[in-house]
Amino acid sequence: MRQRISFVLLLGVIAALAIIAPLLFPGYRTQMALLWVMVIFALTWDVVGGQMGYNSFGNVFFFGIGMYACAVVQRDAGLDYYTGLAVGVALGTALAVLAAAVIGAGLLGLRGHYFAIGTLGLGIAAAEIAASWEYVGAGSGLVTPVFPGNIEDRTLFYYGLCLIVALLTFFTLRWLYAGRFGLAINAIRDDEDKAEAMGLRTTRYKTIAWCVSAFFLGMTGGLVGNMMGFIDPRDVAFAGATFGVWMVLMAILGGKGTLWGPVIGAVVFHVTQELFWTYLLGWQRVALGLLIVLIVVFFPQGILGWLRERRPDLFGHRVEEAERGA
Amino acid sequence: MAQALLEVEKVSKRFGGVVANRNISLAVPEGRIVGLIGPNGSGKTTLFNSIVGHHPIDQGSIRFEGREISKLRVPEVARLGLLRTFQQTRVYDKMTCLQNMRISVPSREVSFLDMFARFAPEVDERAEALLEFTGLYAKRHLRAGDLSFGQQKLLEFAMALMAEPRLLLLDEPTAGINPTLINGLIERLKRVNADLGITLLVIEHNMRVIMSLAQHIYCLAHGELLADGPPEAIRDDQRVIDAYLGAH
Repeated sequence: MRQRISFVLLLGVIAALAIIAPLLFPGYRTQMALLWVMVIFALTWDVVGGQMGYNSFGNVFFFGIGMYACAVVQRDAGLDYYTGLAVGVALGTALAVLAAAVIGAGLLGLRGHYFAIGTLGLGIAAAEIAASWEYVGAGSGLVTPVFPGNIEDRTLFYYGLCLIVALLTFFTLRWLYAGRFGLAINAIRDDEDKAEAMGLRTTRYKTIAWCVSAFFLGMTGGLVGNMMGFIDPRDVAFAGATFGVWMVLMAILGGKGTLWGPVIGAVVFHVTQELFWTYLLGWQRVALGLLIVLIVVFFPQGILGWLRERRPDLFGHRVEEAERGA
Repeated sequence: MAQALLEVEKVSKRFGGVVANRNISLAVPEGRIVGLIGPNGSGKTTLFNSIVGHHPIDQGSIRFEGREISKLRVPEVARLGLLRTFQQTRVYDKMTCLQNMRISVPSREVSFLDMFARFAPEVDERAEALLEFTGLYAKRHLRAGDLSFGQQKLLEFAMALMAEPRLLLLDEPTAGINPTLINGLIERLKRVNADLGITLLVIEHNMRVIMSLAQHIYCLAHGELLADGPPEAIRDDQRVIDAYLGAH
């Protein structure tokens, strides 16, 4: 009960901040919207990478698919701005999920390092294909339609959408982790052979997990493309070296395999990164690289993982001597 | 003779040049406790792996409830109600005992939508009852990886019961367990067999355990079936004694 109250309180504080902050600091709205995007990145990576133990370096692939599909719909469908955006995001999401289902059937048969390497190729190949495919603008990229309104409204509009998708992602995952799905992918992480020996439909769970990840990434891709206004195949859509690596880092930093870990990791990472840009200009990449090394060496378990090792009782891992039913 | 629950007929399995199982036939009738013994390397675990579909067999036939299962894969065999525990004890070590139990409910009854649903209160009820049965109730919120080896073994056993198998293959259930707890374990295995109606096929090295547990024993040596019969006959069989003393 006490846990429930503090959870609701915490959400209340976050919601208040999320609504007040962009109104108080209009200049930082896009940065704050990107913060929610980072939260989505970390949360969706953690479904497969943390909770299921399949380290994926290709999740940015689904993000890029959503982004391109949405932009193409907006360009070619001849709909008004909002309808075009809605249809584009819906189609982008559907395509990303479809891609996850099809590719997952092949890649999810690989385990451990082989899976990681297989997915690494995914993002790189997609970037190269997009960069040479005339229909999607090839190397010169795509420009998204102009927002019908002033800049202020535009940033607020996309801030709101990113916030909504981040909340949707968080609560969907919270629901899934509490039930059979969550335990099944945890079981696959801990011992996949055992899970099979117990009769679990492991392939089905793995594919669904990958699709859940792709669903929210595809959706976010469509929004981010419009927020940025310009889609570059290598630096925005299939940005494996930035977004693709960050999603892994943020989840690890916060504590992979936990619900709150990726959220905390994303906030800490994004804020730190912005501070580096502001105060260490010219050295920001060096500082970021150093931070990554420090994270991996000193916090391999992440912030929440570190806490759980030291205080397992806070996470409910304690002996209860009371008799059953007493 | 009536049809047995599990029928293994003339099964052979080789790994490269090594013949792990040659022409092995055995039958496990419904409701019984059958033992499988033999010196190290005699092919007991290989036979278990063949039965549950871990690897394809070279020759022979394996039938469960009259149905040929030698071509099925591990999860499919498990969903039919034929489960095994592992010699090296496998539990989901970063999950709590209770979570280990919950996810072990029989998968054959899980529909597509169930995959996203929460667990029914009856599941927790049964999980807690089984944890109490194995003496792990107080530790239900501890992570399985933090339990001792013997406790993990008991948890694995409880998980297998949670899955409501018709036939349970146990690979050395007492190995690594404190001798004072072994009697309790024998008692529990007998109760599982009598009260829950679960048929057992048990690999065991501890002769005292298998002699008091099994109603029928098969003995393997060098990948071949050496002898079979009731425990008393096996204990006095000169070939079995020779095999264990290395004369074979």
